[in-house]
Amino acid sequence: MTKALPANLEQIEVNLKKLTNQRTRSSLLGIAILILIFFGGTLVSLEANAGSFGRGIANFFNYPRDLFVDTFEMGWKYWPRVVKYIPELIITLNIALFSTSIGFILAIIFAIFSSRNLIRNKKVIQFTKFLMDVTRSFPTLIIAMVFLYLMGKSSLPAVIAITIHTAGALGKLFTEAIENCDGKPIEGLSSVGATWTQKIRFSVLPQVLPLFLSYGILRLEINVRESTILGFVGAGGIGEMLAALIQWNYGADVLACMFLLVGTIIALDYLSAYWRHKLIGANQ
Amino acid sequence: MSSSLAIQRENIRKLFPDTFKQARKSRLRGQIIFFLVLVYLIVGFFTLDVVDIPKKWKPQNAAMFVLDTYAHKDHVTMKWENHEDIKIAFEGNYRSVYGRDNLDKSIPDWFYKNSDNVGNVVEFNNKGKAILYKDKVEIVNFPKYERDFTIKLNSNGKPYLVGSEDLVIEDLKGFRITENRVEFRPTLYERIQVYPKKVEIHRYSIGWKYFWFDFSSPLEPYTFFEALGLTFSKERVVPEMSNLKLFLTEIKDNEAFMHGRVWWAMLETIVMAVLGTMFATVMALPLSFLAAYNVTPIKTLRFMLRRLFDTLRGIDFLIWSLIFLRAFGPGPFTGIFAIGFTDTGTLGKLYSEAIENTEKKQQEGVQSTGASKFLQHRFGIIPQILPIFVSQSLYYLESNTRGAVIIGAMGAGGIGLQFLGALATGNDFENVAYMAILVLAVVIFMDRLSAWLRRILIGSDQLIVR
Repeated sequence: MTKALPANLEQIEVNLKKLTNQRTRSSLLGIAILILIFFGGTLVSLEANAGSFGRGIANFFNYPRDLFVDTFEMGWKYWPRVVKYIPELIITLNIALFSTSIGFILAIIFAIFSSRNLIRNKKVIQFTKFLMDVTRSFPTLIIAMVFLYLMGKSSLPAVIAITIHTAGALGKLFTEAIENCDGKPIEGLSSVGATWTQKIRFSVLPQVLPLFLSYGILRLEINVRESTILGFVGAGGIGEMLAALIQWNYGADVLACMFLLVGTIIALDYLSAYWRHKLIGANQ
Repeated sequence: MSSSLAIQRENIRKLFPDTFKQARKSRLRGQIIFFLVLVYLIVGFFTLDVVDIPKKWKPQNAAMFVLDTYAHKDHVTMKWENHEDIKIAFEGNYRSVYGRDNLDKSIPDWFYKNSDNVGNVVEFNNKGKAILYKDKVEIVNFPKYERDFTIKLNSNGKPYLVGSEDLVIEDLKGFRITENRVEFRPTLYERIQVYPKKVEIHRYSIGWKYFWFDFSSPLEPYTFFEALGLTFSKERVVPEMSNLKLFLTEIKDNEAFMHGRVWWAMLETIVMAVLGTMFATVMALPLSFLAAYNVTPIKTLRFMLRRLFDTLRGIDFLIWSLIFLRAFGPGPFTGIFAIGFTDTGTLGKLYSEAIENTEKKQQEGVQSTGASKFLQHRFGIIPQILPIFVSQSLYYLESNTRGAVIIGAMGAGGIGLQFLGALATGNDFENVAYMAILVLAVVIFMDRLSAWLRRILIGSDQLIVR
């Protein structure tokens, strides 16, 4: 702002040209890098892939077609099969819901101890943030595999893995929510001599709770997917059933499980959108 | 004082009865919800067998697992039939035997002849010793044990602890004696097992040995930095190739940690994530314009695209990867397309919502100059949504890296599959730890990279939703 304005219009012209050129150049550079990544990645893929790309494209519809053919052969006998797998689906949903709830509670604790407006001690904040980074970054599968190895086949490893990951992932979002909340209610409560817990309970929590719940519902949706995947490596539920059915090549049953899964996920998608809409309002 | 406060409070309550009724109602609702959640948690606690954790949790297994992630062991094996033929092998691997002629690998200094020149001594890190004789094993000098022990074979050829009848329980801890085996394991780091046919000793030390250069590598005698220094010297370690080439190939072909394979697998996983995200972005970009009401007037098309996004997203990447796995076989293409298809749905939905939420005035401004529809969108909408597009695509890059690890483990290859393989062998836990750390580092790196790119491209590393 203190810089003197260019003396004449010509100078403006020149500057504009310079800026435009610079912009074009950085855009071109960005595009070049993207193309380079694309070709490099394609080369790596071609090198590493077992089958060729062309044959893969040609085969794309084979498997879905086989599944549907199997299903149509079954005729009306098909529907009892779909119902048969609902208990498995409920196990998966139970894993997801339970670990989301526990993870949600842990995330709130994490978030409180990593928010700059609640905690003065920098060391505590840094440590909690580090903890969240680590728990968030491990793919659930890796945690679950290790615990499956140590504890044997059951749903518990999935619960532990999803809980750990959820705590980290939600914790980060919650921290942002708390740090962005209005400071005035906290000041107001400080002025009447409220304790630290009271301040959190009556000024922070009412502000952030709708946002927390909204994030939690979104996370629940993700965790249903996660718990299905963990079922695939042996944590029970519909994932494990699906893995077995694929191995036995029971096409109709595979499709039944897939339908159940896709239906559940789409239903949850709509439900979560509806709930979140209700929680944080239409205008946000 | 307090009574006057109570009166005042009562007055306020009387003045605004509706407000207080409302508050009580909402508080009651909160309490009911809280109660229901509590009930569910208790139900979940029992239906998911969380109570079984102490039963299922085997501390011994966990301790062994953790021990093997940061320590390595050497096996010393002696057969009773020929007590001078003692084999010392790294991790019990028959290809990593110390002192074998063709390898010119010297015997470690913790193994030596006893002063009586008859027994062979294995000295542990805690100065405890196991002395192997023709007909017995002596265990001496262990800290926390007052006395020495001798294990012999009886006339039936079964091992037994000499004088075990006289020992107090305090001395016997660390021993596990069954009919065909006497085991002595005072701490996790020392283990002596005597069988009717042989004696097997495991000697643990902390650290990842042979991390850079494996057992049979010509560079093994050097540390990493010494070997790095050697690459500048003209004198060749092996005549066939230059030192630099040797240095690189030896690290790449390390048999213990398999750096070459692990890093290639990691690259595959990263390629899956990056190309998958690129694919999704490129697909979602035009589709999202067609699905936004302020760009596309055709309602049916919009509706169909919306349902397409929902379906792509609803068929989770798990199912996509199963389908693509059948088509492409194991490899990055499976991952790229599984991620790409799922995220086309997700990004398409987010993008089209972003387009619908753009400010109308800019577009009108462009329109007022008589610009065509295309130019209106080009200069009226794209500048507004570009930061959102970039922000969201980059945000998904990080979660897709984690997704790519998972797809890999489902069979598409990459680091996920390597990890499963290392875990399945049941004894390469240092590799498991190495890969876990690598995955962690790469995911955190991608997270930081995406935040950094968002910062320099659009000036904020927060996710812009709308």
